[in-house]
Amino acid sequence: MTALKLANVNKSFGDVHVLKDISLEVEEGEFVVFVGPSGCGKSTLLRVIAGLEDASSGEIHIAGDMVNLTPPSKRGIAMVFQSYALYPHLNVRGNMTLALKQERQPKSVIEDRVRKASDMLDLAPYLDRFPSELSGGQRQRVAIGRAIVREPKLFLFDEPLSNLDAALRMNTRIEIANLHRQLGASMIYVTHDQTEAMTLADKIVVLRDGQVEQIGSPMELYNNPINQFVAGFLGSPSMNFFPAGLINAGDHHIMGVRPEDLFIDANGKLETTVSHVEHLGGDTNVIAQFGEHQIAARLFGQHAVAEGETIRLSFNPESAYSFDDNGIRVN
Amino acid sequence: MNQARTNPLNTTLMHGALILYTLIALFPVFIILINSFKERRAIFRDPLGLPDAESFSTIGYETVMKQGDFFLYFQNSMIVTVVSLFFILLFGAMAAYALSEYRFRGNMLMGLYLALGIMIPIRIGTVAILELMVATGLVNTLWALILVYTAQGLPLAVFILSEFMRQVSDDLKNAGRIDGLSEYTIFFRLVLPLVRPAMATVAVFNMIPIWNDLWFPLILAPSEETKTLTLGSQVFIGQFVTDWNAVLSALSMAILPVLVLYVIFSRQLIRGLTSGAVK
Ligand SMILES: Nc1ncnc2c1ncn2[C@@H]1O[C@H](COP(=O)(O)OP(=O)(O)O)[C@@H](O)[C@H]1O
Ligand SMILES: [Mg+2]
Repeated sequence: MTALKLANVNKSFGDVHVLKDISLEVEEGEFVVFVGPSGCGKSTLLRVIAGLEDASSGEIHIAGDMVNLTPPSKRGIAMVFQSYALYPHLNVRGNMTLALKQERQPKSVIEDRVRKASDMLDLAPYLDRFPSELSGGQRQRVAIGRAIVREPKLFLFDEPLSNLDAALRMNTRIEIANLHRQLGASMIYVTHDQTEAMTLADKIVVLRDGQVEQIGSPMELYNNPINQFVAGFLGSPSMNFFPAGLINAGDHHIMGVRPEDLFIDANGKLETTVSHVEHLGGDTNVIAQFGEHQIAARLFGQHAVAEGETIRLSFNPESAYSFDDNGIRVN
Repeated sequence: MNQARTNPLNTTLMHGALILYTLIALFPVFIILINSFKERRAIFRDPLGLPDAESFSTIGYETVMKQGDFFLYFQNSMIVTVVSLFFILLFGAMAAYALSEYRFRGNMLMGLYLALGIMIPIRIGTVAILELMVATGLVNTLWALILVYTAQGLPLAVFILSEFMRQVSDDLKNAGRIDGLSEYTIFFRLVLPLVRPAMATVAVFNMIPIWNDLWFPLILAPSEETKTLTLGSQVFIGQFVTDWNAVLSALSMAILPVLVLYVIFSRQLIRGLTSGAVK
């Protein structure tokens, strides 16, 4: 069964058309990531799914039921916000149980679920603390716990890691992935960070300007981007683009090559001037100027390349992508 | 900014200016207090002198107490001030929440309309208000005053509070909606506690003018049972003779309750300011 189905969903704020004709499906138990640059409408889409905003047109089905007119609390969803949004006047236990009390669940059920969730998230020692007495990472876990106890049909995460520092972000990311495995629940996760998208997703939905650009598994999108935007958005460093004519005379397309597909080759067609080198130990990232185009190359292992040096780069023609003037992939 | 703050000369000047201002502001209050404890002749002979063994007298307070209805006036003032403040805060906060939280047709216009009251003094409408009160039979009741003061305080309250409510996190309200809280619960349990400092500000701004007002009590509720403290004190000011002892004593006592209310509200104010800064 499909956990979520959107059919031609549109959303406008006054004259501003924020979501344009969005259709997609989330299968039961699937982890779907909505990814796109800031301001592309990810949060708005999530709020429309949650029922916090009404769709201007289109249909939203959750677990088979059309929910356009259902209030948020009755949609069988739970949401984790970027800013945690814990209730400041309630302690951790109170934060987690509020929704269940509103649903008038029996006490035993409430206790049971809180125990399960707090075990899963190591929150047991903090149950009587107030949000102001917790660290950022703990607050985020409480926010996740508040979602878990509701046992929703669909979890919604809105950039839950963006307020955490780098180390904590990695841990929490793994924790969320574990959670998904344990609960087997359907989850939608919004982020502008392509690493989070690639590492967490069963399926990625790439959004731009309120439109779906491409939907697919991380590797499908990585290996088979439908257009220049998707190709450039996924992967780090991102794909290099330059006019194909610089290499093959007469070719009017735009050529795209991933940084890891480039290697140093004395006969390479790309004659570049190194402008910056990052020695990472296992990898070496070389940023170089190719005419007026900046090229990033990710070389395996350690290389003695110095800034200002001229190097020749080459790539396997099969690993290159071609895009037409509108950015549409042609091969 | 930081530099200026740590510069010792600047600090001294700043504190000097603030202390000077405090002294100037407190001086009249001080004069009222000391003179209220002096006998009549001493007040005029040496208005700035402290009461000593010879000039000390509580005759003013005795007169005020004997005047009998003083406590009633006191009670009236208290009721009018507290109830008006309650309504200003309640309705002001509700209107502000509606204006800042919900998108509806005419939202902007409604906000402007409500803010208009800040610029137009309510006393311009005194005659119309009096006619209205006569027609509704509210003349010489405390309700007349409470309604007028509530109307007078609302525009600024809505204006200030809606600005603060816009700053309350949307995520928090949305979390409440997803958890099944009603809009009323969200308003009273989540939003109001977070704008408490702003509420205290509004309360302080409104309290003093209401407590001190002479105009509306004189026009709308001059009867013996509904006199407020300010109006009641006027009996000691005659056209030909004024009982200064009594006037000064009444004024001294009138300061006390405002002081207490002010301390209550300003605590909230300071707590809100610092909690916001440290976060
Ligand atoms: N309540 C609103 N009123 C008007 N415009 C809005 C509102 N909410 C969002 N928008 C606009 O919609 C666009 C998408 O916003 P958002 O969904 O928050 O983007 P994202 O989460 O992808 O960064 C932005 O351009 C934003 O200005
Ligand atoms: Mg967002």
